[in-house]
Amino acid sequence: MKAIITVIGKDRVGIIYNVSQILADNNVNVEDISQTIMQDYFTMMMLVDLSKLKCDFNTLKDILEKKGDEIGLSIRIQREEIFKTMHTI
Amino acid sequence: MTLYNNNIFETIRMIEKEKLDIRTITMGISLLDTMDSSGDKARTRVYDKIMRLARDLVKTGNDIENEFGIPIINKRIAVTPIAIIGAASDDKNFLAFAHTLDKAAKEVGVNFIGGYSALVQKDFTDSDRLFINSIPQALYETERVCSSVNIGSTKSGINMDAVKMMGKVIKDTAYLTRDNDSIGCAKLVVFANAVDDNPFMAGAFHGIGEGEAVINVGVSGPGVVKCALEKVKGEPLNIVAETIKKTAFKITRVGELVGLEVSKRLNVPFGILDLSLAPTPEIGDSVARILEEIGLEACGTHGTTAALALLNDAVKKGGIMASSSVGGLSGAFIPVSEDEGMIAAVTNGALTFDKLEAMTSVCSVGLDMIAIPGDTSESTISAIIADEAAIGVINNKTTAVRVIPVYGKGVGETASFGGLLGYAPIMPVNPYSSEAFINRGGRIPAPIHSFKN
Repeated sequence: MKAIITVIGKDRVGIIYNVSQILADNNVNVEDISQTIMQDYFTMMMLVDLSKLKCDFNTLKDILEKKGDEIGLSIRIQREEIFKTMHTI
Repeated sequence: MTLYNNNIFETIRMIEKEKLDIRTITMGISLLDTMDSSGDKARTRVYDKIMRLARDLVKTGNDIENEFGIPIINKRIAVTPIAIIGAASDDKNFLAFAHTLDKAAKEVGVNFIGGYSALVQKDFTDSDRLFINSIPQALYETERVCSSVNIGSTKSGINMDAVKMMGKVIKDTAYLTRDNDSIGCAKLVVFANAVDDNPFMAGAFHGIGEGEAVINVGVSGPGVVKCALEKVKGEPLNIVAETIKKTAFKITRVGELVGLEVSKRLNVPFGILDLSLAPTPEIGDSVARILEEIGLEACGTHGTTAALALLNDAVKKGGIMASSSVGGLSGAFIPVSEDEGMIAAVTNGALTFDKLEAMTSVCSVGLDMIAIPGDTSESTISAIIADEAAIGVINNKTTAVRVIPVYGKGVGETASFGGLLGYAPIMPVNPYSSEAFINRGGRIPAPIHSFKN
């Protein structure tokens, strides 16, 4: 199962570090990553592979959201299919 | 990146800012095999079957909501019309069936269960009459049970005796639930050309041509359509139609994804996806505001019917392209009390009862969630139903009436139903009598299917 992680918020030091640390801890592989800064807002997207995920999906989601609250960013994880289905025939 | 960044953010924006959601996952359950000559036995089997099939419905819905990050607002159940199931039982205790459904709904955690219904488009059986007379008490005594009655169809005409009965049923329901602004009537729909696979309440039931169990999904997203149209201000209407179509396509795709996933996890076949722009009383979730975005100063003014026709048709076209399983009632709903823009239009006098009736000839469903004075006569309500049924029967489409004669209130006052059902200013109805017409009873014959002009 693959998922897309999106991170949006004020740019600061260590965002990628914070997120990838959680992913590494839970055995999630990052397959692709892209980031831009739009008007001071940091936006990052990661395509991740969850096939070897150590915890269940909801736990990972909770950990990421909690981290987001802690560092003042919005961190979402959603299964990849929702984006694919919506935009491709 | 395998996906364009823009697409990812578009999806997230649609969900977070524009209120795209899966409005309902409705599990249809056939109760045909629960029929028994003993009423008690039948009810036990009804309860057991619902529990067995729908036990994990709510949990599965919540799991999928979490994983895909899209809100799934309601999880519901629709069953085979109880007028059919209860007809076999010796006690004909329909009220007890209503309580069984209510209990099962509470137990599995769904907020509504539909199917306290009868199909009498041509004529009644003796037990159909008993059933219909039990509706007011059933809606009063239960919390989650929804009821519907099909009183006409293009193939069989309009059963005017049933139309007459329903005027009384609606008034009685309003009286029994008078302490809550006659809210019982919000759970009662009178249909013409009812569909077997409608996932939306209060009119959902599991048709007798359906399978053992099925998952039907209703997607919504008036906010998404409104936001898309804001980007084509002043463009010709064909561009408007094209924009709506593309948006409807995207919404439908998400609905299909969710429907297939629920169906897989519950091991119940996926039935249809109903893409209906179903508004809520929240700001930014209104069908009326889409019509205003198309260029009308207020919903209800001249041009509203044309704009709604365009909207409804474009929604269907986008949906059909996106999924082979589009069904139900797909289109645009115009429930007054559930739409912030409609409420505003009624309050400032732009939208009248008669205009709403005209609008129903081009949109899905019909006169929906309209509060009328509590002293409206039974025959006037019946006549409203007859008019609406005629539009459906002649034009070969589904129409419905869900009006609430708010007990003890009149024009100028407001009825409040709470939650997704919203609130509504009470609208005046025509003061002249239709009694002699309704008292004739009988049947309006099925229309001719040629010479269409």
